[in-house]
Parts: sequence; structure tokens; C-alpha cells
Amino acid sequence: MRRHSLLATFLFALLAFTTLAAQTVTDWKQIKIPPLPSFNPVEPRRIQLPNGMVIFLQEDHELPLIDGIMRIRGGSRDEPAPKTGLVDIYGEVWRTGGTAKRTGDQLDDFLEARAAKVETNGALDSTLIAFSCLKGDFDDVFNIFVEVLSQPAFRDDKLALAKYQINTGISRRNDDIDEIASRESLKLAYGADNPYTRVPEYATVAAITREDLVNWHNTYVYPNNMILGIVGDFDSAAMEARLRQVFEPLPKGPAIPKTEIELHPAKPGIYFVPKEDVNQSAVRMVALGTTRRNPDYYSIEVFNEAFGGGFSSRLFNDLRSKMGLAYSVGGGIGTSFDHPGVFRLVIGTKSQTTIESIQALRQELVDLKTRPIDAVEVKRAKDSILNSFIFNFDTPDKVLRERMAYEFYGYPLDFLERYRTGIEKSSTQDVDSIIPKYIHPDQFAVLVVGNSKDFEKPLSSLGPVSTIDIAIPPPPNQAAAPPSQ
Amino acid sequence: MKHRFLVLLLFLSTFCAAQDIASFEKRITVKHLPNGLTLLVCERPEAPVFSFFTLVDAGSAQDPKGKTGLAHMFEHMAFKGTDKIGTTNYAAEKLALEKVEMIYAQYDYERHKLVGRDMNKVLALEKEFKAAVAEANQYVIHNQFGEIIEREGGEGLNAFTAEDETAYHYSMPANRIELWAYLESERFLHPVMREFYKERDVVIEERRMRVDSQPTGRLVEQFQSAAFQAHPYHNPTVGWMSDLNSFSATDASRFFNTYYIPADMTIAVVGDVKASVALPIMEKYFGRIPGRPKPEELDTVEPTQNSERHVALQDRAQPFYLEGYHRPNYQDPDDPVYDAITDLMSDGRTSRLYRSLVRDKKIAAFAAGFSGLPGTKYPHLFAFYAVPLPGHTPQEMREGIHAEIERLKTQDVTDDELKMVKTRYKAALLRGLDDNAGLASQLATAQARYGDWRELFREVERIDRVTKTDIRRVANKTFDQENRTIAIIETAPPPAAAPQQQGETH
Repeated sequence: MRRHSLLATFLFALLAFTTLAAQTVTDWKQIKIPPLPSFNPVEPRRIQLPNGMVIFLQEDHELPLIDGIMRIRGGSRDEPAPKTGLVDIYGEVWRTGGTAKRTGDQLDDFLEARAAKVETNGALDSTLIAFSCLKGDFDDVFNIFVEVLSQPAFRDDKLALAKYQINTGISRRNDDIDEIASRESLKLAYGADNPYTRVPEYATVAAITREDLVNWHNTYVYPNNMILGIVGDFDSAAMEARLRQVFEPLPKGPAIPKTEIELHPAKPGIYFVPKEDVNQSAVRMVALGTTRRNPDYYSIEVFNEAFGGGFSSRLFNDLRSKMGLAYSVGGGIGTSFDHPGVFRLVIGTKSQTTIESIQALRQELVDLKTRPIDAVEVKRAKDSILNSFIFNFDTPDKVLRERMAYEFYGYPLDFLERYRTGIEKSSTQDVDSIIPKYIHPDQFAVLVVGNSKDFEKPLSSLGPVSTIDIAIPPPPNQAAAPPSQ
Repeated sequence: MKHRFLVLLLFLSTFCAAQDIASFEKRITVKHLPNGLTLLVCERPEAPVFSFFTLVDAGSAQDPKGKTGLAHMFEHMAFKGTDKIGTTNYAAEKLALEKVEMIYAQYDYERHKLVGRDMNKVLALEKEFKAAVAEANQYVIHNQFGEIIEREGGEGLNAFTAEDETAYHYSMPANRIELWAYLESERFLHPVMREFYKERDVVIEERRMRVDSQPTGRLVEQFQSAAFQAHPYHNPTVGWMSDLNSFSATDASRFFNTYYIPADMTIAVVGDVKASVALPIMEKYFGRIPGRPKPEELDTVEPTQNSERHVALQDRAQPFYLEGYHRPNYQDPDDPVYDAITDLMSDGRTSRLYRSLVRDKKIAAFAAGFSGLPGTKYPHLFAFYAVPLPGHTPQEMREGIHAEIERLKTQDVTDDELKMVKTRYKAALLRGLDDNAGLASQLATAQARYGDWRELFREVERIDRVTKTDIRRVANKTFDQENRTIAIIETAPPPAAAPQQQGETH
């Protein structure tokens, strides 16, 4: 009996404890967080063909789908200035213009009947061709992928159609203040006339011919410029054999011409684009950023998180939550893989608080000298990056894309792991050493797109103002003139 | 390994919803709590992460009269913390916030007085109000709620408000399931309306950004208001400016108390979670939210439209064309027919609108038609829009779209077209199944809208039953002149007197 009652008491105590625990968790700090199970994502298999082509195969058997994407070196930054827009148009007509065997419309019918896609695209530093299909349609769809890759026809009717589309974009590019602010601030950061910032004009589009598209294709589409990644429900060995059969016979091409790009950032100061039909100003403060090869990259990432990233950054806390100046505010030192990114601060604020917002952004930069990012902020920023790190590789598709990017830019394939280590090692001192090196509050070009008659003070109260003319140059042949602003 | 089974099933070319449901059946558990709240867990152990989607069955259609934008405002407030998160001293803060509300009510009353408004009194109250806000603010730890989530590895922290619903979502590492359940339940158990009036300014900036300073934002708001005259779909989700400048934290609390009731909340979790482990935790935390009676259903019915309506915006932007036709809500038996029409008219380069307006007539850069404007829960619009090429007019878009509608009414679609629509529908469903966040949103929505997540898969069967006759019948029933609202942007010339801006050219 005694024993029994003791046991009963013990059990009761246990139960009581459980109930109590359930009721008293009123503070998030009391909640135990078990260690995250170790997770090693499946690495894609890297294959390099003798002709230089690199292939990544990533099996993923969850769904009966296969997706592939090929990235080919050479992009809009390599196109000649008088033909700005060439890579955009190439990226469209490559697919819509069909192949030697089939028109683009026939490809559309064939693929859409299978809910499949083969699409092409032009980007800044590369062109892309991708496919997506149900596993059972792979043979048919892959054949089309190869056909588009190797025998594009660039038919004239689709070239004309692509030009209509891009001209529509030109005619509409001054309708939206954020689009204007993004475009014009990029010009301030890099210089107005370089391949990173040039935009197509009616005249440069008109200058593009079918021959230009063919030449582009013949210059860049060689196996030594290609990186192909395939993810989905296939067997790697069989897929490899198939790909070797298709791609190994392709002859290696000449090295592609490398475009030297000079950057000419605008003078620091105030720049203004007038826009009368808005009640909000789009503000950008820009300067040159850096590349991810910079040893400071990891500390810059921590700095950015603390200063202008996410819900608990300084910019969000101060300008949005405390001052109520903006819905959209943020920014940081931009980094790119192979050229400097843009150090960019962004805010959208009502016309009546335009000058106040610019001053507040500047003050945040100035304050960094007297109130550097402290240990608590660094800890929070690092926790945020490291605890969410798993989301960089929680799907096979993400792992594949990471690896392809490192391959493309010549980064070590374990760059993501180095990134994690770099963030972990970054100390408060490291993060604060960033500040004198990169933060120069008076060195920014400040761009305002907005309705100056409603500003609380003249913009010139901040300093001399340069007004930017964004009028769209009319087409060379006025007979077919689309309206311009 | 369990996915092998799923793969085999899905791979059958005759994609069968029943079999697909069977495979998900093993991975999905639904639990209805005594307070009325519905929990759904879908096990998908691909990586040690999970995503969730909290769906509240109340949106801006539930905004009280004169307080449009309140549902959206509350959504913002759900990031402001609780009685334990975001405060240094809740007892004192609570009193300070009550004082803010008391003074705001007097201030708002005085400043909106139609007769006998005393400006001195308004100014004095405004000053008093600001002082009360400053007093309350001294206890605030800004954005601590979001900070905890971000610091603990939360990814994609966000929320949205629509006419039909409000939703909250993010993803987390799998070991944070209990922390998540605590945070997400506390947010709806002890919401605190701190920093309300500053956040109202933020929301007003959101309106300026999305509506006032965007040509298509301006157009769609006018279009929606013209198409709906009686139903709350008349009002923009973000709210009218004067309402935003006037409603109070007390209003937001009242909205919360009326509409954020457990019986109208569905929470879906998808990822590396075991129902046997996660559900008891979720039950423990979400079960604490007290049950409350359901609010009255919205019963205003938009009267049948009996004349074409027009909105013409003379704007500085480039031309744009939009038109819409009233259609029944998502529960209508013809809902899948509308889906089929959307696909047929709009999806990709084989779509009828692309081939006609973009490829052949060469008058538009883009053209499409779709359901769901501005919601789907109540009778809404099937809308068409087109972006004219330079030199082409909204009138030409209208004629081009109407020619395609006429074809839909008078000629059967081809067998190939219908087959393509059905194939694409199935493939689209399949492509959505490998994403935790997307699945959580789809499952929660199906569960809330139909009371059964299986309806997500049964949609495929419903689309499969659509016939050529259905498409003609529904087109004839819906796309009528009297049932139509048209909204266009006509490019206005710049003001004649505007002086040429001088300055550097870039």
C-alpha cells in the first residue's frame, strides 16, 4: 500500500508538473529549443566534358518532374552601346523565333499541350535557356531544348514582335516613380554611360538586326561557355550518358571577348527628377559597393543586417516604426559576384516629409561614427543570418543553383560553407571596422523622384540640386512615332 | 521513402485526384480544437524546416462603415508584440495606452465636428494626444516580436490582407516548432495596440505607394468602386485616406474581438514535423485562445448590374485598358468553367488573347483575363486587361478583347485546347506540391473555404468535367454589355504652362 501510494504521489507530481509546465510557459525565453537535426543536403554531381562544358546533376525524386537550366557566358553588359537592348531581344527571339525545323508557334503548341516549357532569357552577364516537364515527356522536351540551343532560326516576324514589346517598355518607363528611381540611381552609382546602366532607346532597338542575333549566338554559344544544371526525377548515370552523347561532340569555341567596364560614379550631391502626379517621393542614396571576394564581405553582411535589413534593423526601427516616415525603407552595402555592387539606401515617403527623410537617413549614417553597431546588434544580426542559414539549401533546387552560381563566377564550390564560417567569425570589432572604411555620409548621390511643389522645404535647402532630364528620346523615324513623354 | 508511393501515383498519366488524396491522407492530420480553431499538419520531411500559414476568415470586406482599411491596419498591429513582448512594463504601458485612446476619442470628435468646431480646442487636444503617445512610447521595445522571429531563424516573415481574408506566414527551422506555436498564439491571445498611430502613418505611406502614386493603382481603385455599388468590394483593402486618418486603436481592438475568433482561423503547418509531436504542442498553445461567437455573415448582395459603367482616368501615364463582368462566387458550380476560360484566354503564348492581340493584330504588349477581382468569397469580377503598344488606344484593346469573347460565345473551343487546359491545370497543381510555404497556403485555404483540404485535389476533377458547351454557356451568361464595367487610362498631355526643367542631363 505504502509503495503504491508513494508511486501514486510520484505520478501525481509528475502529472502536476506537466500541467504546470503547460500553463506557465508565458515567456518565450523559457521555451527549450532542441538542437536542429544534422542535415547534409545531397550535393549535385559535377561533370566536366572535355570541351569545357560543365554539368550539374541533382536527383530529386519527390515529384515526377524534371527541370533544367543552362547559363551561357556573355550578357547585356557585353553588347555594343549603339545596339543596347540586343541581349533582351536575343533572349526573347531565341525561343519565339523557332528552330530550323519548327516555328516558335509550333513549339508553343507542342510544349503547352504537355504543360511543358522551354524558355530563353537574356541577363546582365549571361543568357539562359531552361526547360521544365513531366518526367514522361522528358525525351520530347529535351529534344526541343537541344534544337533551340543548337539550331535557332530567329525568324523575322518574331524579331519585329520583340521590338514592339521592348518599345512598349521604353514608352512606359517613366510611369512609375520606383522604376525611375531605380534606373536613375543606378546611373548615379555606376556612371550614366556604361553597360551596367544603359537602357534601350527607340534608336538602339531600331538598329538591331537578325544578323546581330545570329552573330551573338555564334560568338557565345559554345560548350566552354555553358553550365547546365538538371534537377528532378531521373537516374544520374543514365542522364549523364545521354548528355555526353548530345554535348560531347560540340566543338570547343574561342574564348569570348571580355568587356572592360569603367565605372564613373556621379559627384556626391542632390539629384532630382520631377514627377507631378504623385504624393510620395522615391528617394535613393547611392554610392559604390564592393564584391563578394572582398575579405570584408562577411562583416559587411552582418553590418547590413543590423543597419538596414529586416524588421529589427536600425533603419526599420527608426524611420518606419519610431518616425512613421515610410512603409518601405532599408538598404546596405551592396555586393556582387564579379563587380562592385551598389551601396544603396531606399525610402518612399510622402512629399511633405521628403527633406526630413533624407536628413534622417543621413543622420543614421553620421550616427554610426558615434554609435557604432554594438555587441547586442551584432549578436542579433549574426543569429538571424546563422539560424536561418538552412534556408539557403533546404531544397535540392536551391543547392543546385548555388553551385551553378559559384561555378559561373569562379568561386570555390564550398563558398556557402565559407560564408557560414565567415559570419560566425565576424566580431563586433570586425563589423565596426567596416564603418570608417565604407561609410562616408557626405559621399552619397541623393536622388529624389517626386512632386517638389509639395515638399516641406525646397530640396535646395540640402545643397545645390541637379535636375535630371528623363524625357524619352523620340524614335529615329518619326513617321512610326510612338508617343513620348 | 513514403514519397515513392506518391510519385508512382502521380506519374500515372491519368492523374486521379482520389489516389492523390489517398497519398496525402497519410501525411495530413486535421484537428478541430474545442475553441473552434482548425489545425492542419502535413508531414514533408525533406529538410529540417517548416512553413506555416495562418488564415483568418476576415478581410477588408469586413471593415466597418467609415473605417475602411481597418482589417489591414490590424494585420500591421499583429507585428507589434504582446503583453510580454515589446514592452518594458506592461502594467504601466496599459494605463498609458488607455489614456491615449481616451484623449484621441475627444480629439477626433472635436476635429470632425460639423458645427461649432473649436480650433483652439482641437489644437490643445492634439497636443495632449501627442504627449499621451510619448508617455506610452517610453515603455516600448520596438519590433521585438519580429526581432525574436528573425533572430531565431524565421524566414520570409510577412502577412497580407485581402478583401476576403487576412493571412500570416513565415518559415522556421524545425527545432523551433514550440517557440513558433507560442509566438503565433500569443499574437492572437494578447495583441497590444502599441504605436498604433505611428503605424497608421506607415499604412498611409503604403497607400501612397501602392495606390496614389501608381497609375494602375489609381485605376484599379476607381474600377472596383464603380463595379461594386452595394457590396463592400466597393472599398479598397488599404482603405480610403480619410478613414485611415481617423480610425483608432480602439476600433482595431474591436475589429479583432469581433472577427479574430478561433472558429474563423485555420493554421496549416507543412514540413519536417510529426503530427504526433507537433499537434499536441499546437493544441496546448492555440487551445488557450478563448472561443467566441461567430460574427454575423456579410449578407449584402450586389444588385444585378443593368448598364455598362465607365471610368476614364486622364492621367500622365501611358494608356491602359481594363474591363470586368460580375460572376458568382467560388462555390458556384461553374467556378471551374471560369478557371478553364482564364487558362484558355490568358496562359502563355498559346492563349487566345496573346495570339490575337499580341501576335496577330499587333496592338498590345500583353493581354489577359482572370477571375478574383477583388476577391472570390463573394460574387466578384471576371476581368480582362490589355497593355497597348505605343500608338494604340484603349478602344482598340476593347475591340480586340470583345472579338475574342464573341468567339468564345459563338464557337466551340477545340478538343486540343480543352485538353491542354486540363493538362496544364494538373501539372500546375503537381508543381506546387514541393514547396512547404506554397502547400501550407493552399491547404489552409482549401480547408477554410471548403471545410476540407481534399478539395484542393478535387479541383482537378472538377476541371476535368468542364465541356465545350459549358464554356459557351458561361461566356454567354457572363460577358454581356450590361454586366460590364470599363476602366481606361487616357494619356493626358503635360500641363501646357509647365516650364522646361533646367539642369544637367544624364
